[in-house]
Amino acid sequence: MTDTVPVIDWASDFDVLDPRYITDPFSIWDDLRTTCPIAHTDRRISSWLPTRYEDVTAIAHDIAHFSSLRVAVIPGGEDDEPPVDFEGPNLEYGLPPISADPPLHTWTRRLLLPWFSHRRVDGYVPMTRDLCRGLLDGFAEGAHADAAAGYAQQIPVRVIAHILGVSTDMSDTFTMWVRDILEFADDPERRQRGAEGLLMYFVEQLEYRRHNPGPDLLSELLGEEVDGKPIDDGIILGIAALVLIAGVDTTWSAIGSSIWHLATHPEDQQRLRDEPGLMALAVEELLRAYSPVTMARLVTEDVEYGGCPMKEGDKVLMNFPAANRDPEAFEEPDVVRLDRAHNRHVAFGSGIHRCAGSNLARMELQVALEEWLHRIPAFSLEQGKEITWAGGQVRGPRILPVVF
Amino acid sequence: MKIRVDPDKCQGHARCYGLAPELFDVDDYGQASVIVDEVPTELEDKARLAVANCPEYAIEILSE
Ligand code: HEM
Ligand code: SF4
Repeated sequence: MTDTVPVIDWASDFDVLDPRYITDPFSIWDDLRTTCPIAHTDRRISSWLPTRYEDVTAIAHDIAHFSSLRVAVIPGGEDDEPPVDFEGPNLEYGLPPISADPPLHTWTRRLLLPWFSHRRVDGYVPMTRDLCRGLLDGFAEGAHADAAAGYAQQIPVRVIAHILGVSTDMSDTFTMWVRDILEFADDPERRQRGAEGLLMYFVEQLEYRRHNPGPDLLSELLGEEVDGKPIDDGIILGIAALVLIAGVDTTWSAIGSSIWHLATHPEDQQRLRDEPGLMALAVEELLRAYSPVTMARLVTEDVEYGGCPMKEGDKVLMNFPAANRDPEAFEEPDVVRLDRAHNRHVAFGSGIHRCAGSNLARMELQVALEEWLHRIPAFSLEQGKEITWAGGQVRGPRILPVVF
Repeated sequence: MKIRVDPDKCQGHARCYGLAPELFDVDDYGQASVIVDEVPTELEDKARLAVANCPEYAIEILSE
């Protein structure tokens, strides 16, 4: 990752890759909300950073001025095109539905939604539970573990591989590619390695499934017709890559942050052990407080929003994590209240791009925490060991040593 | 109590279903609907909880 020049003025020169923004963005948002609720920067590309719930949700709903054609928070290259030199189907549509506006967004999203309906997701519970138990078998007998790399990181990638119908043996490679794309996008070599690796892999998989279809998402997309015609290969490839990219880093970050919270708040840990019925509400509260995902939008024409002169081609960072800490929208937002009753959090976004995998993500987070609490006795951070966090597009712990 | 989901506002966050599956369902495409004509008295608090957690302000109380 390239080094960032330290930020002095967050209102006019913010940088989401500044180490302070990665370890403690909360105090920065608090300052901005009271002084300059929509910050600006010219670093990388002219971008705006709203910090209030009202602004983030209003911009998310205004799809005419704020397009999803560019959703990367850390743009790749000068003109913000992904610097991927790729021989394969045409990816001119990016990764729909996330990088699309209607009408492409509407029908590609409809293809995906049934795979992640709450009914389908119920069916993935047993395999997720077995997976968590198997991982815990590997270290629960000991006295310490890396809850991020040894547990959280291992879960979502395998669930997604199962749904896509690809081999879970590839899990570590998938994780590496997804991190290259989302966390190390600032490094052109890693970004290229991740994007090319992942796309070439799916090109092969699609070719194979065309002749050997199975009961999986990839095969089904190949068999679908839209307006009487098969779907363009580039679009299928984009959808497949998106499911992997969107379903892995995000969910693993949420699981890791939640375990970090419980390790540092023994009273909450005890409460969840004593009141397991609280888990569903607690999951929403942990998603609110440690929302992992920030997305970007592209300004489609010059527009003034909240007094800010946004120019065509600027980016706006959809700061869902900051919206979820806005005191105008949540009472005592910096306090985690596991039983918070009024919680309109937008960890999964707001408006038409609401996370298509939200039912799956919630289930994985809930099952991962239940199984962890079931198997691991009282735990805390391991003194003297360093914790590392990733930030930018997706925030969460990457190394999280705990003792029990 | 009578409640309804505004189909134009609902984006399928499924918070309503998660909190009160006795009152709501969400279909395969993320569209929520109310599955009772009248909210039973003992579930009125749950209905209010769903209203207060819908991120899209899509659930309306038609009559208390
Ligand atoms: C805790 C975990 C997760 C979080 C916090 C999260 C968050 C988000 C957010 C904020 C968006 C909105 C993007 C935007 O407005 O531009 C989104 C979209 C999306 N997410 Fe997730 N996500 C998670 C897990 C997953 C999983 C497990 C999948 C599985 C497939 C997934 C698939 C998608 C897809 C396909 C979209 C695009 C939807 C559209 O553009 O219509 N996500 N996610
Ligand atoms: S919580 Fe609101 S947006 Fe979500 S499914 Fe229910 S009614 Fe729709």
